[in-house]
Amino acid sequence: MNNQEAKKEMEDLLKHAIAPARETELRRDLWPQMLSKLEEQSAPVNKVPWFDWALAAILSAVLIFFPGSIPALLYHL
Amino acid sequence: MELLERFAAGDLEAFETLFREHQREVYAWIVRIVRDSGIAEDLTVETFWRIYKNRSRFRPDGNFQAWTRRIATNAALDHLRHARRETSLPENLPAAAVADSAVLLQTREHIRKAFSDLPAKYRLVATLALVEEESYSDIAQAAGISESLVKVRVFRAVRLLRKKLNSLGVKVNSQ
Repeated sequence: MNNQEAKKEMEDLLKHAIAPARETELRRDLWPQMLSKLEEQSAPVNKVPWFDWALAAILSAVLIFFPGSIPALLYHL
Repeated sequence: MELLERFAAGDLEAFETLFREHQREVYAWIVRIVRDSGIAEDLTVETFWRIYKNRSRFRPDGNFQAWTRRIATNAALDHLRHARRETSLPENLPAAAVADSAVLLQTREHIRKAFSDLPAKYRLVATLALVEEESYSDIAQAAGISESLVKVRVFRAVRLLRKKLNSLGVKVNSQ
């Protein structure tokens, strides 16, 4: 069996299980979805990751409870 | 200023005009690859999002239709890659009208399974070439590959399908 025959045989088998798509007509206008995607994607991202908040909280606690560490911190900055 | 020039310059109204002109064609192309209307709608929007995002790379004297189809094909291919392990072909997929016996139903299931298991790049060309009967040159242009590579991928897809079907007990002549 050559390549063409093998391809034809597989074509027939596939068509037996999967017919060509018949309903290819778009049933509604997708512009409203497109517009919301554009708005969603162009919105500025202000979200701060949770670990940044955790780090800031730990640092604040250290500065409040151990004020003596402030010079050391400033030295390392 | 021409519509395509305005689009490339970032004019939203020009983009809307192009969207409304081409959305049906893009959807029709994608639904033939992914074979699910809901997913095809999402991918149509994703395609135009990519088009809008890359508008500065589009040359206004270029072929917008061909560029759009290439991006749509890539979006569909990305979907096939990611969805491969999670989903198979939809259950309500139209099949050829033949008398259904238990054996025929089982054979059909095996064929769909084997087809779903194909790697995305082979499934893409197999769907378009073997099921949808698109020409190799159209597939090559849409996928951004050479015509000879399309032929190679169809050949490999047929070989993989034959191997898988034989292992599932569906008799397919081997070369």
